[in-house]
Amino acid sequence: MPALPAPSFAPLPGDASADILRLLEGLDAPTLWWVSGYAAALAHSAGPPRTVALLPQRDAGAQERVTIIYGSQTGNARRVAERLAQAVERAGLAVRLIRADAYPQRELKTERLLYIVISTQGEGDPPDDARGLVDFIAGKRAPTLPDLKFAVLGLGDSSYPLFCAIGRRLDARLVELGAQRMVAAGEADVDVETIAEPWIDAALAQARDALTTALPRANVTPLHPHAAPAEWSRENPFAAELLVNQRITARDSSRAVHHFELSLEGSGLTYEPGDALGVWPTNASALVDSVIQALRLDGDEPVACAGETHSVRTWLGSRRELTKLSRPFIAAHAARSRADDLNRLLAPDRSTDLAGLLASHQVIDLLHAFPAAWTAGELVAALRPLAPRLYSIASSRKAVGDEVHLTVADIGWDAFGISHAGAASSFLASRGDGARVPVFVEPNERFRVPADGSTDVIMIGPGTGVAPFRGFVQERRETAARGRNWLLFGNRHSQSDFLYQTEWQAALRDGSLHRLDLAFSRDEAIAQIPRTRKTYVQDRLRENGRSLFEWLDNGAHLYVCGDATRMAKDVHAALVDVFSTHGGLDGESAEARLSDLIQQGRYARDVY
Amino acid sequence: MTVSPSHLESVKAASHFLRGGIVEGLADPVTGAIDDDDGKLLKFHGSYQQDDRDLREERRQQKLEPAFSFMIRARLPGGVLTPAQWLGFDAIAREHANGTLRITSRQTFQWHGVIKRKLKPTIAAINATLIDTLAACGDVNRTVVSSANPLQSSAHRMASDWAARLSEHLLPNTRAYHEIWLDGEKVVDTAQESEPLYGPTYLPRKFKIGLAIPPTNDIDVFAQDLGLIAIIENGQLLGFNVAVGGGMGATHGDPTTWPRLGDVIGFVPPDRLLELATTVITVQRDFGNRAERQYARLKYTIEHRGLAWFTAELERRLGFPLEPARPFAFDTNGDRYGWIQGDDGHWHLTLHIAAGRVADTPGQPWLTGLREIARMHRGEFRLTCNQNLIIAGVASDQRARIDALVAHHALDGYLTQSGIRRHALACVALPTCGLAMAEAERYLPDVLSKLEAQLARHGLTDAPIGLRLSGCPNGCSRPYLGEIALVGRAPGRYDLRLGADFSGQRLNRLLRQNIDEATILETLEPLFGRYARERTTGEAFGDFLLRSDLLPSEAPRTIPATVIA
Ligand code: SRM
Ligand SMILES: Cc1cc2nc3c(=O)[nH]c(=O)nc-3n(C[C@H](O)[C@H](O)[C@H](O)COP(=O)(O)OP(=O)(O)OC[C@H]3O[C@@H](n4cnc5c(N)ncnc54)[C@H](O)[C@@H]3O)c2cc1C
Ligand SMILES: Cc1cc2nc3c(=O)[nH]c(=O)nc-3n(C[C@H](O)[C@H](O)[C@H](O)COP(=O)(O)O)c2cc1C
Ligand code: SF4
Repeated sequence: MPALPAPSFAPLPGDASADILRLLEGLDAPTLWWVSGYAAALAHSAGPPRTVALLPQRDAGAQERVTIIYGSQTGNARRVAERLAQAVERAGLAVRLIRADAYPQRELKTERLLYIVISTQGEGDPPDDARGLVDFIAGKRAPTLPDLKFAVLGLGDSSYPLFCAIGRRLDARLVELGAQRMVAAGEADVDVETIAEPWIDAALAQARDALTTALPRANVTPLHPHAAPAEWSRENPFAAELLVNQRITARDSSRAVHHFELSLEGSGLTYEPGDALGVWPTNASALVDSVIQALRLDGDEPVACAGETHSVRTWLGSRRELTKLSRPFIAAHAARSRADDLNRLLAPDRSTDLAGLLASHQVIDLLHAFPAAWTAGELVAALRPLAPRLYSIASSRKAVGDEVHLTVADIGWDAFGISHAGAASSFLASRGDGARVPVFVEPNERFRVPADGSTDVIMIGPGTGVAPFRGFVQERRETAARGRNWLLFGNRHSQSDFLYQTEWQAALRDGSLHRLDLAFSRDEAIAQIPRTRKTYVQDRLRENGRSLFEWLDNGAHLYVCGDATRMAKDVHAALVDVFSTHGGLDGESAEARLSDLIQQGRYARDVY
Repeated sequence: MTVSPSHLESVKAASHFLRGGIVEGLADPVTGAIDDDDGKLLKFHGSYQQDDRDLREERRQQKLEPAFSFMIRARLPGGVLTPAQWLGFDAIAREHANGTLRITSRQTFQWHGVIKRKLKPTIAAINATLIDTLAACGDVNRTVVSSANPLQSSAHRMASDWAARLSEHLLPNTRAYHEIWLDGEKVVDTAQESEPLYGPTYLPRKFKIGLAIPPTNDIDVFAQDLGLIAIIENGQLLGFNVAVGGGMGATHGDPTTWPRLGDVIGFVPPDRLLELATTVITVQRDFGNRAERQYARLKYTIEHRGLAWFTAELERRLGFPLEPARPFAFDTNGDRYGWIQGDDGHWHLTLHIAAGRVADTPGQPWLTGLREIARMHRGEFRLTCNQNLIIAGVASDQRARIDALVAHHALDGYLTQSGIRRHALACVALPTCGLAMAEAERYLPDVLSKLEAQLARHGLTDAPIGLRLSGCPNGCSRPYLGEIALVGRAPGRYDLRLGADFSGQRLNRLLRQNIDEATILETLEPLFGRYARERTTGEAFGDFLLRSDLLPSEAPRTIPATVIA
């Protein structure tokens, strides 16, 4: 946040303005907006301008206020936390909503009522914005918290072995520190609402009970940092017109990656490079039909579920996940099919095998492999609600105006005798120009070009991970940022998988890209040269360790985008090596340096 | 000359004897191409940068650069190679290139589709077979061609030996080739290097030498900058008639460019051959047009200054007059197919390789077949300037095995093919040739089937008619010497030229410009009819057309104003 001049709040007595500043310090933009909205509403309900009442002292406030901390990588936890905050507010209670990395850790010991909404990333890791706080709470320096009442909502994906690991860990640790659990820890799966809604209700009830002294009832005037009118949202997506659907890997590539250009014209939607675009897919009608056929259902049969009534075909096409399995569905199906194999997979010691099944099978595969009877109603109730997919935005509005660009790998594979496809990627790839795609903008404040244009940036984006960096380079070109731009890109083959090759070449020529290092892992080794190891971006990082170290030493910001399962980890390990080799640090200190960089927002990741 | 030298002249001059930035360009991973100027220098090393033109537009939309790759041409004087070398070449084609070997109209091999990363290892691998690529392209003397005529085995040996000696003698001196491709020791100070023959800017343009052994003109000796006609009497090589100023290339719609046949200006004995060739080259080096590459071939130097001037300058430099040319006669510029016993008792089998492309295609596993043959063959392979192949030096007892392999791999087309198919040449053109305006090699099978159908209707299936197809007027298949020639103008459109003789001694004439296939076939139909009915015994198609006065007169030539001035 750019530093503002110290305010001189004329109406405020004594050092109250210092208090305000202290309170505001470290709050992220949405929270600041929220505070300002809150204040505006207070003023509004108090009638025409009079002397404004001071905000309560910090300590007093802590007792009477709900603190909601969220840790979120892709916005799900943030969204739930925002809903909770709204509910608390509407109940007339004081609330502070704050992102984990903006939370002043020293305040934890004075906190009275705390809600944490946090997702699990990586292999049971915290989201990047919550690393510091999780370390703090889990670590030796954590204070005892005898006066704290809390509740944790974990977000996760039951197809990962360490489901909601971070939520569970915090929940257990806070109890260990002497805090009192108000609500059992929630563990939300990919269909977040199913668990989140009841958890919010329970949390709210507890907050009501706990807060005896409430602030004056206030309606919050909703304000939002981006001028995006509340109209378009995840739940109410904008139907964006598809302008371009262009495959950008060569015909002999084993991967079909597409470049999409969508029009946001007239939507009022805006975004910054680094944000993601949410896309609501529709399942392929052939897939819907094959599920209907496999279960001998009537596609037109109306089914009521969760207060809505649609035909089976509509439910399966646009309201339920068919391409991703969930543990609960497997459990339900196992019970029906009485397939021993399947039932055994659900045993606690088989979690890796189950994860394997979840990663490789779709609903149709399960129906084929383990036949069982389902009625339409039961099926719709058991399947996971369809969730939108996120795509890193690959453009800057300064360069493309009302458009938004995406870089999407169209995943498709053959298995069990039939062809398979990803829901959203194949949905997008099969749309023609002029089609309408339901989208929303998912801001990612943690993944931004440096506010100061003279700062260098190092962008590590193999595969589709290059997407946001196309936006970054556009943005930095358009704003005539003076800092240098260094891109590290990798993929399989240079001739067929060099995403946006001609654009990078042009950027190198026009000076908007200063350095480009490449790693093509499957460019065959050459006969004369003994079979060399495949090279990846992390190898380039090590090779160029000295420069990298110098750039970072010089204040560069580092960004990593793309594959989370391997790349992000390997890159992180390479960074540790670079700091050890060129900074003379041991492994632990190198890790600490990187954590510092993360804290400072100078090492940001957008991995999936 | 008042006009300033062309850009390429300064590129050559600044190149430190052909080094330029090639090494740096090869190492740049951001592109599969190299810098334009370096690309020009690369030719001297035997390689052209190309791209797959079929994919150009598609890749542009994919935000990918063109599918760049490199063509590599071997320097193979006389077109002779051993079975071991064949096997080496075959492996290189499969491992490094697009899986094909291309026999060129100058009896050597080209590999296509070698990507930049593999260029160095590929050129190194070629050198490992003891064949190089130096000066196979570029503004220097190119590979020297010689008659492959299998009848006269001893004369062939002599001719191909001379081709090799000439080629070696006229090689550039620079160490750049060894440095860049073979990890040869780096020349510390290139200022110490020199090019005694060529000088630092080499020749104004390519230079081609060919050596024919009458009565076979399979090399088209009059299409060479320097054509040598071996004069052999009683098995003794007396020397060579000297023809200068041949060349095919022209530009559509530019009357200042034209194909030209060489003029015979005299005779030299063998011991003066190297001196003669060197001196012809120095005259061209010093007087060739360095301002406009379009006029930089020897044929224009001669046209612009006059043949008499040229001969005088040559003799002045030689310090002796040329002897008068000896009599000679050519009867064909085609190949003789099938088994022929040479005067040394060995057998030679000439196979027809359509457009010179040795590849495995459905039903025609030619690359595999020739690999099998190379594994058992103990003689040599000879390439012809008609893009064909001779399995040479076969002992009688090996013939049956070779025949079996030839038949098994469908290489025996020569036994049954129509006359026109056996005598067809096509240049490479699309998709690799950057200059192609229309298809050639890929169009050949198609157009041949249609022409064959027509000819069959007139009972002309077996008539040996020379067809030459070029994708543009540069004329790499020497189309101006075809009885029938199609010269590309635009996709699907060609100039139709007719009336050359079948021995490479008369240019054909332009009959129709820029016509499509249907019009080509329509135009030829009545001519085939009349030929079938009215030809005299043994009369060739081109000769018939000329005798019957069915062709227009030749287009007038103009000397460009810049040159007159
Ligand atoms: C492979 C070959 C044709 C074939 O189908 O066999 C060939 C192929 C090409 N020729 Fe040729 N020329 C080939 C024999 C010829 C001949 C025939 C001959 O020499 O007997 C000629 C006519 C004779 C002459 O030189 O006048 C010929 C006249 C040209 C020209 C026109 C030169 C001129 O002075 O007008 C060009 C264009 C140029 O040099 O600018 C050219 C240029 C080219 C290039 C390299 C295109 C380019 O400059 O980018 C072609 C590469 C195509 C490809 O993808 O492989 N090629 N070219 C022949 C290789 C010969 C060799 O092994 O060295
Ligand atoms: C913040 C964020 C940014 C993202 N940015 C991008 C981006 O810029 N570009 C991009 O392409 N993606 C991006 N993604 C990923 C994207 O959101 C989707 O996850 C992805 O496109 C797959 O969605 P889908 O609907 O096509 O596939 P789904 O229907 O969701 O199916 C995916 C599942 O299919 C299975 N699967 C996939 N491939 C195979 C295979 N070969 N064999 C067996 N099973 C397989 C796996 O279990 C996988 O989980 C991003 C994700 C996040 C969270
Ligand atoms: C790269 C990656 C790794 C993940 N790893 C886990 C995991 O180990 N355990 C888990 O329960 N969920 C995991 N998830 C699922 C997320 O927690 C889930 O998508 C959640 O809704 C994200 O919430 P957020 O948007 O607030 O970060 C992972 C998701 C991604 C993209
Ligand atoms: S004649 Fe033209 S099209 Fe054919 S190979 Fe030569 S330059 Fe290319």
